[in-house]
Parts: sequence; structure tokens; C-alpha cells
Amino acid sequence: MSDERGDPAFGAACPLPLADYPAVQLAHGGGGRLTQRLIAELLAPAFDNPLLATLHDGAVLDLPAGRLAFTTDSYVVRPLVFPGGDIGSLAVHGTVNDLAMCGARPLALSCGLILEEGFPMATLRALIGSMRDAAARVGVPVATGDTKVVDRGKGDGLYVNTAGIGVVPQGVEIAPTRARPGDVVLLSGPIAAHGVAILSVREGLELDGPIVSDSAPLHDLVARLLERFGDRVHVLRDPTRGGVASALHEIAGAAGVGIRIEETRIPIEESVRGACEILGLDPLYVANEGRALALVARETAEEALDLWRGHELGRGAVALGEVVADHPGAVTLRSSIGGLRVVDLLSGEQLPRIC
Amino acid sequence: MCLGVPGQVIEVVPNALGIPTGKVSFGGVVKEVCFAYTPEVAVGDYVVVHVGFSISTIDEEEAKQVFAYLEEIGDLEGLDQVEPPASPRSDREG
Amino acid sequence: MRFVDEYRGGEEAARLLAAIRRDAVHPWSLMEVCGGQTHTLIRSGIDRLLPETISLIHGPGCPVCVTPLELIDRALAIARLPEVIFTSFGDMLRVPGSTTDLLAVKADGGDVRMVYSPLDAVKLAQKHPERQVVFFAVGFETTAPANAMAVWQARQLGLDNFSILCSHVLVPPAMEAILASPDNRVQGFLAAGHVCAVMGYREYEPIAERHRIPITVTGFEPLDLLEGIHRTVCALEQGRHGVENQYVRAVTRDGSLPAQARVAEVFEVCDRKWRGIGTIPASGLALRPEWRAFDAERRFEVGALTAEESPLCIAGDVLRGRRKPHECTAFGRQCTPERPLGAPMVSNEGACAAYYRYGRLEETRR
Repeated sequence: MSDERGDPAFGAACPLPLADYPAVQLAHGGGGRLTQRLIAELLAPAFDNPLLATLHDGAVLDLPAGRLAFTTDSYVVRPLVFPGGDIGSLAVHGTVNDLAMCGARPLALSCGLILEEGFPMATLRALIGSMRDAAARVGVPVATGDTKVVDRGKGDGLYVNTAGIGVVPQGVEIAPTRARPGDVVLLSGPIAAHGVAILSVREGLELDGPIVSDSAPLHDLVARLLERFGDRVHVLRDPTRGGVASALHEIAGAAGVGIRIEETRIPIEESVRGACEILGLDPLYVANEGRALALVARETAEEALDLWRGHELGRGAVALGEVVADHPGAVTLRSSIGGLRVVDLLSGEQLPRIC
Repeated sequence: MCLGVPGQVIEVVPNALGIPTGKVSFGGVVKEVCFAYTPEVAVGDYVVVHVGFSISTIDEEEAKQVFAYLEEIGDLEGLDQVEPPASPRSDREG
Repeated sequence: MRFVDEYRGGEEAARLLAAIRRDAVHPWSLMEVCGGQTHTLIRSGIDRLLPETISLIHGPGCPVCVTPLELIDRALAIARLPEVIFTSFGDMLRVPGSTTDLLAVKADGGDVRMVYSPLDAVKLAQKHPERQVVFFAVGFETTAPANAMAVWQARQLGLDNFSILCSHVLVPPAMEAILASPDNRVQGFLAAGHVCAVMGYREYEPIAERHRIPITVTGFEPLDLLEGIHRTVCALEQGRHGVENQYVRAVTRDGSLPAQARVAEVFEVCDRKWRGIGTIPASGLALRPEWRAFDAERRFEVGALTAEESPLCIAGDVLRGRRKPHECTAFGRQCTPERPLGAPMVSNEGACAAYYRYGRLEETRR
């Protein structure tokens, strides 16, 4: 096995062997020979790296200077493959982004698979390949993993859990409580594409069109911001479930400040907006998987915005609004016609409406 | 009660039951729509769509009416008062 | 998006607001009938930009708010049946029945699915001939032609596993009921633009005449609503009554004749109970006798249901503009958006939910 971490072609030269079984068997999670073969022939070659190659119970890592960030997330997205991504790449991006929002550089990921008996081996291979490619793009090793198989009917094909550890460089201090009046709210690009892409393939709501998920790793976008501006970056957040509205709401609550945003500055692609209009959805509450919010000191905002706009994943960045001393704990929006509205948390998931 | 969204007709064909059906684009995203209630539509027209049905064809000339009305309402003072009130009032519905 | 963006402009809105401020000399109470209009008013903050003289009363034009409790309980009972795929617009999934809602029935194992169009429910019936597909046919005149078409197509396709649970309501009788109430506060109406796109506005002319009030057929974008408010206020100030059409780009006096014909073929007018208001004569639509094979209430025997509203809830008074949400003893206590007692606390645009949200904003500022 070669150590080609960081090389974009990592893993690509290592074709996955054909599995003997067209579908996952209970024995693939039983800990015996079939489990070993699944690891040795599918998982280890895909995630090919020295940490995993030991096939030990856990990974042992050297620790660089700084503080450690540690996160975990489970991925249950349906369908497993959606426009612009799949559960494999999403499981890498989501956890990498959670680390990035702590201000951390990702060091290593774990990968836990819960498979349903009968899950097609070819699909598993494709999804693991996607995971491998996503990890390679980030340059983060999948250092340890686990596979379990549940009885047919007791799962829903495949669930993935990834945990991640990362290191927070000296001088970086990211916390929602650091938001303070005067801070500018930056948003890295157009919103709501991920949530709408998932909805658009749901039975009964089908939409045709150029809508693809924004799923992407944000570690580099964040690292460049922190390298340049250090502790003038106060808060980072990726607005996933619940969208931009819920993320800002959480920040306002944690810091005891108000946040005011401008409706006319909300970036959204035309087709995503069209989809939101016909389904009656407010894009502010729709999930994103490749967008970052940053609250930065006012004097830094313009430069920070320029820096993001020069980055591949921040081209559509905007200054969405600001932190205010007024209405602590609440988020308000100034509408296109100058009216004020409260952007509250939703009670549950946002549902398409006709009314 | 009734969400209706304007979109542009890009296809009209009779379905298996002979009902005019087709596709409407909303900013690029395309949805199947039934045209039974606006049988006069042609490709390129804009229609208002509610729960997958076209309920009205948008009249392009009449669509300018709002802006004509803006001209009719005459001279206005106090156009500087458009900022939202500093403190929203609570003594009113909504 | 064309025919959307141009009606959301700040400068034009400022002109209309200035005109409203100039021309509204006396205090006036207007009712916007439709929940979609309430949605825009709140989303764009129009309600808080208007001068003190104008009071907006959110009308009963929201199926979430007015579908009677017994029917929601019936929907829940049918949705629990193992052979049933129960389909609904997203709006109705969270509406509380006596004890629970459709999302909770789904969590308990009921096959409850959200659809965009009633025709999607017909497609499900074609795809699952071994299951019974029921569609929760709620809505006003705008939605009735769609639901009529679903039933008509099901018959054409020979589907015997499709039915609808029907709770259609009509706007003009509700307006009449509001105006006839002895403590009515409504002095002018913004009529629902999309209802009129289907029905035209001839039927509003006698109402305006009889009650000597202005009714303005109004669209759904911020500029539409501001123009509708200005037109209605000017009529009130000048003592004029009658029907005006603000939404000329989508509404004609006659509406869609093919839509009206299909509705008349499948449905007939019936008395209908409105949640929180009570029974209004000739205010609903039911399947005609020759179409009753598609009536889910007849197809599924779920027993007699009696439902009782919370004795605390004053939703009916709120919907008619008689009392304000915070005058309710349960408001913000037993009744919140997480645990609503009445429908106006359910949807984001419900009068109670909107009050709840802004009330808390005020508190943080004190």
C-alpha cells in the first residue's frame, strides 16, 4: 500500500476488486472471514493509508501543537444518491465541515457503516468510492472504521457515521458566544440547494431541473479566513438542518445578541428559488451542506468578503447582515420593501404547503 | 389559502385521457402541470400554477397595471418615512 | 423570476405606503381573506409598515385553520387503517385533531404521504392497486378544480382504490357570515386573487352592494397587497362601495369557465362546519351523488366521531376579528406553536402564531 495522501489521484490507481457476493450478508458483519474480506478487499484498499493499514482496533496519531476538536455525525440521507452528491461524500463533507466550523484543520476521520442484509455490494462499492474521493480531496485519512450488518427489514440499506478529529491552531478562538454587536454576518454562497435537491427526487414532489446539492468540504475556505484574520473571526457555522435561519437563531441565543439580515442580499440560484416558490418553502430554513456563515469584526468584513470571493467555494459570498444590540436572542429580517419580520425557529421540519 | 406561482409554459400535449398537460418552468425548475382549466395556453405563455394546475394565463399587458397605478396616485410627501418603525407595534393582528 | 420579482420592489412599495399614509385619514379595519395574503403581509412586514389608522384582520382563508376538528379526527382514523395510503398536502400534516396529528399517526406506523398535487395521489393509486389511496381534499375554490379533476381521472382510469376525504369550503358565504355578525368590525375586504382567478368576481358584486362595502380582488406579492389596501382605503374614505380588481394580470370577471364546469360536474354545494366558527349554510362542496363512490367517508367505516374543541380556545373569535390572540387566557401558556390548542397557532401565518412571535420580540426589547 502506498502513502499518497494529499495527492488528488489518491486511491484512483487502486481498482476495487470484484466482491464474491452481489449483496451484503449478515456474515459480513459477523467478525469472521467474510468481515475480514470486506475490510481487506473493499474498505482498506479504498481508504488506503498507513493508519488504517494496521487493521488495529483503533488508530494512533501524532498530535500537533494546538487544541483538539472532536465531532461526530450520522448520515441517514434518502435517497442514497441525490443530484450533486451521495451519502458517501456527504459523510465526509459533513464531518469535515463540523471540524472546520470549530476553526480546526481536519486530522483524521472514522467511518462506521451500518448495512442492511441484502444491500447491493455494487452500490456499497460505489458509495465507498465516493467517500474515498471526498476524503482524498480534503486530504484527510479515514483512519479507523467499523462495519455492522443488521437483519433485512431492520435497517434502511445503509447508514454511515463519521467522527472526526482536528487541530485548532494557536490564536484561533471560535465560539458562538463571541458574536458581538457590530460584527458582520458573512455567508459563503447561494443557499438552499442541498435541501431542495433532496426534495426534488422525493416521490410525489418530483422536480426536473438544474438543481444540485451544494455538498462540499469547507475546511480550506475557513482555514484561509483564519490564517489571514485570526481572532477577528468570532463565529463560524455551517447552516445545515434548519438552514441559515436556525443557525443564526442559535448564535443570537448563545451570545445574547440580536442579528439583523437583509432580504435583498440573500443569495439563491434562480432554479432553487423557483422550486422554493412552488413548494411554498422559505429558503432561509432549507438545509445547506457546503455553505459557511462567518461572524467577523466589522473592520475585517470587507477584506474577508474579498478573500472568500476569490475562493472556489466562496465565489457567491455576501455580507448578509449584522449583529445588533437590539432584540437580544432574536433574528430579524428587513424585507425587500423595508418591512421587519421576525425570523423565528420552526417548530418542526418545514413542509411544502399550498396555502 | 392558495399558493399560486407564475411560470412559463414550455410544453403542451394531451395526456392519455386527452387532457392538455405539459411542463412549466419556474426559474429553470420544471414541473408537470395540467392545462385543462386554461385550454387557451400556448408555449411561451406565463401561467399561474396551483397544486399542479394552471388556473390562469397571465395577461402581459395587464401585468403593467400596478406600475401605471403608481403613476396615478400622484404627488407624494413623506417618502423619506419608508424606514420600518424603530419598534414594531404589538397592538394589531399579525 | 418574471411576474414575481417586479412586484417586490422597495421604491414602488415606498410610494404606495406614502399614498396610503396620505389618504388614510380615518381609522379602517380591512380583512384580507386569504392565508396566502397573510403570509406575504407578515413575510414582507407590511402589517408593521402601515399607518396606525389601518387595522388588518386576518381572515379565515386557510384550510389549516377552518377544517373542522371532527373531519381531522376522521382523517386520522382513516390514516391508521392498514390498507390505506393517506395522502395530503404538507399543510395538513401538523394540524391537531382532538388528541394527535397526521405526523404522529405516521410515526405510529400509518402510511401517511405528502403530495404536491391531487393527481400525484391518483398516480399512487395506479401504482399500488392492492392498497386504498385516500386524498385529504381540503381547500377553497382555487383547489376544488384540481380535486375534481383527480376524482374525474380516477373514474376515467377505472380506479376503485382511490377516494377523497372532502372538506371543501367556499369564500363568499364566509364573507357573508362575517358581515352578518352583530359585532362585525370588517369595513372592507381584500378578496383572494387566486380564488377569483378560478371563479371570477361576479359573485362578490351582490355582497358589496348588499353590505355597501368595498371589495378589492387582490394579488399576493407585496406591491399587489399595498395597491389593494390603497384602493380599498380610498373607496372607504370616499364612501364608495363595489368590487374593484387589482389583480388584473390573472383575474377576469368570469374566471375559468372550464374549471367551474368541472367543479359543478363533480361537486355540489352543501352546508359546512368551519372550525371555530360553526356551520355556515351553503358554504362547502361535497361529492355529487353519482360520484359518491369516491367518498372516503362512505368507503371507510370508522365509527361516529364526536370531537370537542378546547374550552379555552377562542380561535373562532380571532378568525372573525372580534378578539385578539393575546386576549385568550391560553395564549402563550397552554397554547404555543409547539403545542397548539387551536389552528391559528399551527401555521406560521396563523394570527396566534404571528402574535406569539412578535410578542416575544417586544419582550426582549423591554
